[in-house]
Amino acid sequence: MRVFRCMLVGLLLSFGAMTAARAQTVEIEYWQYVFEARIKAMDELIKRFQAANPTIKVKHTTFPYADYQTKIAAAMPAGQGPDVVQLFYGWLDNFVAAKFIQPLPHDVFPPAMIEKEFYGIVSAMKRNGEYYGLPTAVRSLGLFYNKNLFKEAGLDPANPPKTLDQFLDAAKKTTKRDASGNLLSEGVTLDFPGQDYHWWREVLLRQMGGAPYSADNRKVTYDSEAGVRALNYYADLQRVHKVGQVGFMDEGQAAFRAGRAAMTIDGTFRLGSFGGIKSFEWGVTELPASADGTRSNFASYWVNAITTRPTGAKLDAAKKFLAYLTSPEAMQVWLDTVGELPARKAVAETPQNLSHPIYAPFLKALAYSQATVFVDESAQRQVSLDMINRVLIQNQDAKASLAEAAKNEQAILDRFYKK
Amino acid sequence: MAAIRITPGRTIVWLLLLLGGIAMLTPLLFMFSTSLKDSADVYDLRLIPAAPTLDNYAKVLSDGRFLRWLANSFGIATLVTISNVFFDSLVGYTLAKYRFRGRYVVFLAILSTLMIPTEMLVIPWYVMARNFGWLDTYWGIMFPGMMTAFGTFLMKQFFETIPDDFLEAARVDGLNEFAIFWRVAMPLVTPALSALAIFTFLGNWTAFIWPLIVTTSKELYTLPVGLSSFAVEQAIQWELIMTGAALATLPTLAVFLVLQRYIVRGVVLAGLKG
Amino acid sequence: MNASSSRVEAGTGARFAFSLRQKQVVWAWTFLAVPILFYALIRFYPTAEAFYLSVTNWNLLSKPDFIGLSNFERLFADPVFWKVFRNTVLYLAIGTPVSLLLSFTIAYHLDHVRFMHGFIRALYFLPFLTTAAAMAWVWRWFYQPVPIGFFNDVLVGFGLSQQPFLRSTTQALPSVLAPAIWAGLGFQVVIFLAGLRAIPATYYEAARIDGVSDLTILRRITLPLLKPTIIFLVVFSSIGFLRIFDQVYNMTSGDPGGPLNATKPLVLMIYQTAFSSFQMGYAAAQTVVLFIVLLAVSLLQLRLLRDR
Repeated sequence: MRVFRCMLVGLLLSFGAMTAARAQTVEIEYWQYVFEARIKAMDELIKRFQAANPTIKVKHTTFPYADYQTKIAAAMPAGQGPDVVQLFYGWLDNFVAAKFIQPLPHDVFPPAMIEKEFYGIVSAMKRNGEYYGLPTAVRSLGLFYNKNLFKEAGLDPANPPKTLDQFLDAAKKTTKRDASGNLLSEGVTLDFPGQDYHWWREVLLRQMGGAPYSADNRKVTYDSEAGVRALNYYADLQRVHKVGQVGFMDEGQAAFRAGRAAMTIDGTFRLGSFGGIKSFEWGVTELPASADGTRSNFASYWVNAITTRPTGAKLDAAKKFLAYLTSPEAMQVWLDTVGELPARKAVAETPQNLSHPIYAPFLKALAYSQATVFVDESAQRQVSLDMINRVLIQNQDAKASLAEAAKNEQAILDRFYKK
Repeated sequence: MAAIRITPGRTIVWLLLLLGGIAMLTPLLFMFSTSLKDSADVYDLRLIPAAPTLDNYAKVLSDGRFLRWLANSFGIATLVTISNVFFDSLVGYTLAKYRFRGRYVVFLAILSTLMIPTEMLVIPWYVMARNFGWLDTYWGIMFPGMMTAFGTFLMKQFFETIPDDFLEAARVDGLNEFAIFWRVAMPLVTPALSALAIFTFLGNWTAFIWPLIVTTSKELYTLPVGLSSFAVEQAIQWELIMTGAALATLPTLAVFLVLQRYIVRGVVLAGLKG
Repeated sequence: MNASSSRVEAGTGARFAFSLRQKQVVWAWTFLAVPILFYALIRFYPTAEAFYLSVTNWNLLSKPDFIGLSNFERLFADPVFWKVFRNTVLYLAIGTPVSLLLSFTIAYHLDHVRFMHGFIRALYFLPFLTTAAAMAWVWRWFYQPVPIGFFNDVLVGFGLSQQPFLRSTTQALPSVLAPAIWAGLGFQVVIFLAGLRAIPATYYEAARIDGVSDLTILRRITLPLLKPTIIFLVVFSSIGFLRIFDQVYNMTSGDPGGPLNATKPLVLMIYQTAFSSFQMGYAAAQTVVLFIVLLAVSLLQLRLLRDR
């Protein structure tokens, strides 16, 4: 009888303990966009975080990239949506203006610590002295090249092009056409909707001596002599040198993956997809420098931010989760799974990483990268797309097309900053 | 058709028609052909794959999404079809067989909704769904299409052909009005019902813009929306995209082959009475 | 007949006949209750709301403010809108005549075919059952440049030069329109076949006895008798082409409505305004314009075709 009573008490106690523990469990929701490797990485991070923090549960929700912003914009005003959200750094202004995210609390994320330990490009997340988001990983651009095609063309696969002239030369040598002149394999992919518009705006433009925006980011400054030269350089790849063609194989990275493009400029986020390539060997090198040695690169990143939704216990949980997401451990997991570079300098610049054949070119670029401060990334992107389309499809003069693009983009900037 | 003389002219015409028909099928043939090709063979444009493989289907079906989307589309299309068959018939019957004040007003009101494009209503529906918490739910996908004016008028036309005597006789026999509708009138218009069912099902199976707008979670996608997101996500791996498209098309093709006669008859009925 | 029979019953019991009639009216309204509620909530109220939103500046986040007709002013001053409007009209102006001409030709000749009639008819009809979004991707693949695009491979095989198709500002719109025409042909062929079948053979026999040529038969007998069918198909397909969306969205996913807005129809503009830029008021104004265009086109066609 006593045994039975003991068992009963024990059962009741443990039941009570269970419900008490469950009553203390806080659930927070995390949103990011659909990208297989990132989802896998995040699931692993959540697993580790929940193991270390048994009273916090993280619900992981994802949406396709095309709908991502729309879903957030629909959910937040309706009182739904995430507690911690991942957003493209270029969307920061929209999110802050719409009051979707709050400044990072100083107790866990002091600005001094951020500035010391993270790469400088993170400063694009500062508004009025407050940091609104922190990345787990950053991405930069690199020049991918097909070693097999290089060998076929008589180029040394261990010695990829380092300057723009060498780059053009390699492209010409690796371009293949059939008897009627139709492109069979291109020297370099031309894909403005991909990463090329970043290459033009932050790299080529600067290498020709120009700058895309004024120091306060409010004025468009690329309709200059340098801008014309940069735009012509890019357009001439198709028009004059015929080493590439917009729309070949539909998308640049499809052409590269099919082994029909000798070179492509793309970001670290492509590493996962290119990792599945079995039919040829490929390598990466830094983007070509200009003749006088100027190098530049475009860095971008997705940041994690705390939305304006959580308060009290949920806010604490959100802070803990965000701190974990930006910890060295998380960054290493992200590097291994997604292939994106750690946002903390110490984690990124290990001897192992700096001599890694794939990561090293991207890492070295972080030292001289720029992160453009977008106010409306999709609208500004469309302006660039239209600009190159006018030049390549409608044969408009580069100077005129630049002027029109500058006018349109300035209107976007003005509309935003006048608010 | 009167007896046809077989002349060289007619034979050529027949041949051209046949070739034209086969040409019409070219996109479908290539779609299926590519879905059976390995990624290396995709760019070799032969119709019969050199080394046919079902790997793509295995790959696409393995993560369960496509099956989920198939089930979603099927479930939603079925439910909406049942709702339409019931309510459109009910309203059509009422407008055809009852005399009451206000009948003409109701008739005109429903007629007028034919003029309103759904694209115009998408924004208010979105707001409504958001306010009622129907965003990202099956009901959210279904609610706008539960009844249509087109279906109502189709049924009204057919109910009008039923002689009133049948209904009167049933009344004299003591059946209540609903029983008269359900057990006397409905069986007399089965060709129209099947036509309505086919159209409604097909329309909902292929619907794109509204499910695209109202759904958030990929578990709730209908097949067209799922395929679209899948294609963009696949960053142009054509063999997988074609496999997805094939999976989206196979069910309707299979149904057509089985129910061909009814489907064509249904289309004809709808067109003639429309 | 009903009236008289109820009057006979009225003779035996006036109250009975009256309530019998009334009962039917009650039943009628009962049947109509839920549907009326549905149409009111799902068709009429949203229509009113769309018109209301079109005169506000609502953007999903703040409260809507009444701004009169300034959405429309902004719309009519926007050159992109006029480009989009022109595209939408083009989709109609090219789509309807081409598809009707094709489908009538096919139906006319198929009508005279007996051998394998059902099989050939099925060949033309199958595309109608496909999902527009899925087939858009197939056609998009067809339009690629050599070496993966089927059309360009054929052109090059015949010694002709490649065409940019979706990458050209002039060819893109017809390229996007093609799958829409392709899918709709089967439906139109079947309807035309039914219409042709409904013409009594006696007309043809009489004409043949009189020695009238085939062409004259077509012009004087067949086409006039097919008028209701033609009207139905013209209005039906016009509305479909004016509302084109699925194909454009899927075939221009990298540069929606492009290149340089060459393919953007009104519905895509509405979608982007509402669900990419969240400018609900502005988007609602665009839907009002779409509504007016659809209404005008339908009424115009009905008027023009009826009076002839």
